[in-house]
Amino acid sequence: MSFLYVHGGLTPDQWLTMLPILILSLTIVVVTSAIALKRHHWWNATISVVGLNLALLPLFVHFWLPGVWTLPVPQTVTPLFGIDNYACFYMAMILVTSLATATLSHAYMEGYTGNREEVYLLLLLSTLGGLTVVCSRHFASFFIGLELLSVPLYGMAGYLVKERRSLEAGTKYLVLSAVASAFILFGMALIYSQTGTLAFAAIGARSAELAGSARTVMMLGSAMLLVGIGFKLSLSPFHLWTPDVYEGAPAPVTSYLATASKTAVFALLVRYFVEARAYEMPTLVDVLTGLAILSIVVGNVLALRQDNLKRLLAYSSIAHFGYLLVALIAAGPLAVEAVGVYLLTYVVTTLAAFGVVTLMSSPYSDHDAEDLFDYRGLFWRRPYLTAILTVALLSLAGVPLTAGFIGKFYVMTVGADKHLWLLLGAVVLGSAVGLYYYLRAMVQLYLRQRWVQKYSAPLNWAQGTGGGMLILLMLAMLLLGIFPTPFINLVQAAGLH
Amino acid sequence: MILIWLFMVPFIGGLLCWQIERFGLTLPRWIALGTMFIVLMLALLLWHTGDYSQTLLGNHGAGGGHWVEEFSVPWIPRLGISFSFGLDGLSLLMVVLTGLLGLMAVACSWKEIARNVGFFHLNLMWNLGGVIGVFLATDLFLYFFFWEMMLVPMFFLIALWGHNIPGGKSRVFSATKFFIFTQASGLIMLVSILSLVFVHYRATGTLTFAYDALLNTPMGAATEYWLMLGFFIAFAVKLPVVPFHSWLPDAHSQAPTAGSVDLAGVLLKTAAYSLLRFAVPLFPHASFAFAPVAMWLGVIGIIYGALLAFSQNDVKRMVAYTSISHMGFVLVGIYAGSEQALQGVVIQMLAHGLSAGALFILCGEIQERLHTRDLREMGGLWARFSYLPPIALFFAAASLGLPGLGNFVGEFLILLGSYKVAPVVTIFAATGLILAAVYSLMLVQRAFLGKPKSDEKLRDLNAREVVTVVTLMVLLVGLGLYPQPVLDISHASMAAVQEIYQSGATATASAATLTTTAGAP
Repeated sequence: MSFLYVHGGLTPDQWLTMLPILILSLTIVVVTSAIALKRHHWWNATISVVGLNLALLPLFVHFWLPGVWTLPVPQTVTPLFGIDNYACFYMAMILVTSLATATLSHAYMEGYTGNREEVYLLLLLSTLGGLTVVCSRHFASFFIGLELLSVPLYGMAGYLVKERRSLEAGTKYLVLSAVASAFILFGMALIYSQTGTLAFAAIGARSAELAGSARTVMMLGSAMLLVGIGFKLSLSPFHLWTPDVYEGAPAPVTSYLATASKTAVFALLVRYFVEARAYEMPTLVDVLTGLAILSIVVGNVLALRQDNLKRLLAYSSIAHFGYLLVALIAAGPLAVEAVGVYLLTYVVTTLAAFGVVTLMSSPYSDHDAEDLFDYRGLFWRRPYLTAILTVALLSLAGVPLTAGFIGKFYVMTVGADKHLWLLLGAVVLGSAVGLYYYLRAMVQLYLRQRWVQKYSAPLNWAQGTGGGMLILLMLAMLLLGIFPTPFINLVQAAGLH
Repeated sequence: MILIWLFMVPFIGGLLCWQIERFGLTLPRWIALGTMFIVLMLALLLWHTGDYSQTLLGNHGAGGGHWVEEFSVPWIPRLGISFSFGLDGLSLLMVVLTGLLGLMAVACSWKEIARNVGFFHLNLMWNLGGVIGVFLATDLFLYFFFWEMMLVPMFFLIALWGHNIPGGKSRVFSATKFFIFTQASGLIMLVSILSLVFVHYRATGTLTFAYDALLNTPMGAATEYWLMLGFFIAFAVKLPVVPFHSWLPDAHSQAPTAGSVDLAGVLLKTAAYSLLRFAVPLFPHASFAFAPVAMWLGVIGIIYGALLAFSQNDVKRMVAYTSISHMGFVLVGIYAGSEQALQGVVIQMLAHGLSAGALFILCGEIQERLHTRDLREMGGLWARFSYLPPIALFFAAASLGLPGLGNFVGEFLILLGSYKVAPVVTIFAATGLILAAVYSLMLVQRAFLGKPKSDEKLRDLNAREVVTVVTLMVLLVGLGLYPQPVLDISHASMAAVQEIYQSGATATASAATLTTTAGAP
């Protein structure tokens, strides 16, 4: 291995910790060549899935079979990347999400008549961006990762180019995401102007010494950074793109957008707050509090009268990231753990919900099954698929026995620990309002329909990989809700130290 | 171990009901009946074998008290959460009531529920399983878990098998209202639970949700008051106490019969049970300070519920309002805090469970035959049935507190026990008995007496229906004539609650003397 050391300037251990990123990069090259050689939907999808699984393998062994082999973490790989347990946990989560999206895309794209293969390429590229983001501890790597995460998403959202709404979603996301990136860059520049560094830890050390106008500029920079991140996380008042993009993008892409991309950005936000000591700026925490309350209120209130399931989930995701901010504001090791648990439960649940939408829509190329009306009486036609959507909706509402309850419980625990009564009040109120629209959507599934429905999942939905993935997600939701200890231990091990 | 089975049996039975539907529509009913029978038998077995002179709170302050039966395994050790159950006299009586009314609920929906029988019984069984979990849980997280979990099946029972009243709100509306009211108040309780846990954590350094550990948590008076309020609001919504009651009549009027029996007979009792088990023992001083408010809320509930019951045209809405009135007595009794009153509360809970359950069953039977529940459409039913009207008269008499029946014992003990503590409150509460007589007799008058709308005979009660209600009648008479076995079972639990409550009272009183003497010079 010594030639590697000489060649790249990295030690073997550093190479090893980079294994997931390296495998994923290699997969991208292989998939590109495979598409160039021959267009074949099944083959290209399979290569992507195998690549993602291989990238996941070292992380899986690291976390679940520590007796067999572990990654030599933590490692600092150049000043740009720091790979510790925290990064590994979120890398694993993004890879699993990406895997779920790939299988769902396969089910969804079967009915599409255009070129189907590039969607996997874009997905893998975006995943690589996500991995980069969660490992970065430097503004340069953060920005590169963020762009790599977002740019393929423009293509994915607008993938069904012949459909107006998909194209509109892609364009809208492109424009607003670019604006957000501009904000982030400007924020970074302002922070750099005062601290003279782009590394998180160094920023934290120097910002403590700032005073007077320098501190104000630093504050302004951080606020602009927060605005940009707010766009990516669709926190209110930067949420305007969310419902349209969620609605217009193909269902599996929406599921990816709602989970992997937001998880990566939020994981980074937590790391930045801890390492760059952003908690020491009280104004910034106050701004976050305002964003959290606004997101909870706006998300829940606007979801109330939605008749479109994808838009409803979009607004609900705005509210959920409001809840998540409560954990971020609480600060401390328990809060980092709460963020991990909440994101885990949220990702599993959201993937399941969009997974059902995907399977319902897959046989139809013109339009996704997204009106609540399309789901009326689904229970009497596809009882098990409905059970999955029911559990997902209950989990989003935070009802016991499901994953969402554990997540909400954690958030409320850290809130109560830090006496954030105002925010807890918002969470309680938001959850109560949220129940209304989740139940409204849920009860539709069980009402008797008096006419033939246009949309239905194929009868053999459970035999495909997408269906199998959904059943796994359902089990994960219940397991997280009933016996969360293994997951909590995992998240606890992946804390920021 | 038997405790685990008590709540596992309904869950397993429910799943069986759901899956067995494909082999026949009657099978789920038998399975559900068998399930509830097993639960009842297990509970009676515990009654027979246990020594109920003990409870965890028995030696309050001195330590050494223990549950009659307990079971505990770690669940989420990271947060100090364990999967622990405990049983004493109070929880035993509640579980027996749940098992019994569960049987009745299955029996009374035999004909009423014709579609999706399996899924219906799945929801019914899971709801009852959740209720049993609430009665047995001794870990606050587990308790909250069950408290919230029992709502989803109830939501389905109302939303899917309920009645849409012409001109009224839809059943989905009622179900959603029920769910939002109870869940939102539950979340406030969760905030309280978590705060209590962290107050305890700061004081002792152990993070735990265990009931016995949290019992004597030292905390400031203001903190205790706020935390107590968080618990109280959740229970006040469920009981229901008057400003928070509006979900109950809606839920009842739209629920299927089994849902109503379940709701009035068992679900409301979880709130009274939780007040006795959690709100008072965890926060004795705050509860004592809050007692006047709570008792007046109880009186308002008694009178308001009775007045509104009087003016209802829908029979089920009427019975729902009488529940509010009867639960007002429970609230007065709990916060009066003397042992007599507390024992009265236990009897009142059981008697109300039986009598309100029976009245809802009768309402369901009338509706099945008449296809209406509107009192204006009835009248003269006495001539058209042979069995139903006298049975209904019996339960109406029970509801008005006729001596010799269970409700009388409960209400009498509550009033007797409260008079020494709060005479004015008791005098106002006692007017509820008169109002109860008015609405009960009015119900009989409007539904059964007078000129019949038609001379056509209606199909009378069949054997199943007669057995159901006669069982309840016998039990109610038993409770009224010889309540001693029940009082013996609940004695230890109630004496313990009373003792804790008194310790809260004396501490508050001595604190008051301290401040006055300190302020004197």
